[in-house]
Amino acid sequence: MAAIRVLVAKVGLDGHDRGVKVVARLLRDAGLEVIYTGLFQTPETVAAAAVDEDVDVIGLSMLSGAHMTLAPLVVQAVRARNSDIPVVVGGIIPNQDVTELLEAGVAACLGPGAPAEEVVQTVITAARGEHRRQAV
Amino acid sequence: MSASNPNPRAEWQKAFEESRLRDVPFQTMSGIPLDPVYGTDDGEFPGQYPYTRGPYASMYRSKLWTMRMFAGFGTAIDTNLRFKEIIRAGGDGLSTAFDMPTLLGLDSDDPMALGEVGRCGVAIDTLADMRDLFSGIDLGNITTSMTINSPAAVLLAMFVAQAESAGVPRAKLGGTLQNDILKEYQAQKEFVFPPRQSMRLVRDTVAFTAAEMPRWHSISISGYHIREAGSTAAEELAFTLGNGFAYVELARQAGLPVDAFAPRLSFFFNAHIDFFEEIAKYRAARRIWARWMKERYGATSERSMQLRFHTQTAGVSLTAQQPEVNLIRTAIEALAGVLGGTQSLHTNSMDEALALPTEKAARLALRTQQVIAYETNVAHVADPLGGSHFVEALTDEMEARAEEIFARIDEMGRGSMLEGCITGIEENWFQGRIADSAYELERAFNRGERIIVGVNRFLEGNEEDSLDILKITNEDEAKQRQRLGQVKRERNESAVLDALDRLAKDAVDPEVNLMPALIDASNVFATVGEMMTTMAGVFGRHVEVPTI
Repeated sequence: MAAIRVLVAKVGLDGHDRGVKVVARLLRDAGLEVIYTGLFQTPETVAAAAVDEDVDVIGLSMLSGAHMTLAPLVVQAVRARNSDIPVVVGGIIPNQDVTELLEAGVAACLGPGAPAEEVVQTVITAARGEHRRQAV
Repeated sequence: MSASNPNPRAEWQKAFEESRLRDVPFQTMSGIPLDPVYGTDDGEFPGQYPYTRGPYASMYRSKLWTMRMFAGFGTAIDTNLRFKEIIRAGGDGLSTAFDMPTLLGLDSDDPMALGEVGRCGVAIDTLADMRDLFSGIDLGNITTSMTINSPAAVLLAMFVAQAESAGVPRAKLGGTLQNDILKEYQAQKEFVFPPRQSMRLVRDTVAFTAAEMPRWHSISISGYHIREAGSTAAEELAFTLGNGFAYVELARQAGLPVDAFAPRLSFFFNAHIDFFEEIAKYRAARRIWARWMKERYGATSERSMQLRFHTQTAGVSLTAQQPEVNLIRTAIEALAGVLGGTQSLHTNSMDEALALPTEKAARLALRTQQVIAYETNVAHVADPLGGSHFVEALTDEMEARAEEIFARIDEMGRGSMLEGCITGIEENWFQGRIADSAYELERAFNRGERIIVGVNRFLEGNEEDSLDILKITNEDEAKQRQRLGQVKRERNESAVLDALDRLAKDAVDPEVNLMPALIDASNVFATVGEMMTTMAGVFGRHVEVPTI
């Protein structure tokens, strides 16, 4: 089976890149193919890169509190490209925001302190489309 | 140490007796009188080169550390209220957190600012916001710290403009500008211009404040973010001091004598959870700085050699799980800062792994410092752990590890720490080391070697989490955009264009100091974004090559 391809991304102005780099290495060590597009991306550039690179899943790392604004925009930008690539959001995501993010089309959320296995499993599950099937 | 100083205790005694002391009984709870410091007569004492034991002879007996609580969210009016609350609660220094757009030099109406306005700090677009921020606060009577880097010169200019319009001359302003651009490329990643152009702005602020703002600290050389980004304690120590040496070389290149600006440098370190390692780090930092300033840079003034620092407890040590436990972590970290001799301290709030702090959580964080300061008596004796075989050995080890890293930076810069720091950034050397250390720590956690209470052990109670957290609504964003629109409508547009024209002209000539042009532009209500865009037109913009 081909390796799962994941695009990890930072959208907006949030420069905290410790988490995204740690997660990128965790996923790489777990056998996934990881693409990182760097800081200060917009929902449009992330969606375009994800579609161009034909990834199986997008992982957004968000620590500045802008996830409620930007994560749904990434989902919309991906869907606007007629793509159903699932979007997983991780970082400082308070529990009370999770339901709204899932309703906005985010496949799964990973909160602060999520252990490595949970991060890897959540990304793999999302890549296989299992969150979507549950949601439908 | 005693070679140049035949009688350390007698010298210390003399300096101590010249110090003004706080009017409290310096004794234990049970009435045992305490000496101001303990040690052998021929050993090193506080206030003596190389200052391992503290920069001052009397340390906290003269003055406790400044309880400087970082605050800022929403609009300037909201933050102004929080500032006043901090002053009422007994805080004696203000510390301003700016929102992401401001940190990156963008206006609140910039498309990239969407969702970020007023979220992680206060939004400042023009002098009008600066006025709201400090309304009713006497800037001549309190010290103000501003955590800003890429647009530091712009915000300093606005601050000076605001103070002077309120009748406080710039020479009376006390405070600190973070203005540490090197660590932005290494760790914090809020950069705008390329490194060398950014360093020109740093030079301009250092030269300007050295000449006109004698009470101002022009750079707060910050290890905090390097550590938060994942470095080890030794890397935090070495990268931070290495950056400090780079700024010293920069100012010397600009023709400033070392003793004219080095006393205006201050430092900012992390207080992580490994208690003794942190204390050793602070002690080693003072000793290294003193030696390098004296031996490599030829400083002769004591103030140039005395490293003074601010401490913040480690944000990364906080957990979203069982957040009340963060109060305990923060208390332990704060105590390390105090036993390490910090000059000021910020304690994080228990809810900060989830959001910006509520007023109650921020007050509890300040209370943590007050318990340490007023109940524990730990501030009675300077460097209370000095002389401990363990702490002295760990201090030496931190110093040795830092020296290895300095040697590497010096080699990258072929004998220049300034060039070494810039080259290390351009080659991703610092960034790579920090990412490696962060990953190693994560793997230790995942292997179960590193225990985090409530996260990978002792999970009972995790379901109960229900802290009230601060919610910042999008109304603040809309409000701030309206405010900016109104200021733009009411200002004199041609005066703004003239001011920006002059700024662009000044920017082209690297010999010109940009501060006067920035102050003039601030005074006519040019926005942060307009000034930054004008300079970017000359300087260009930095793009980091993404690496994992």
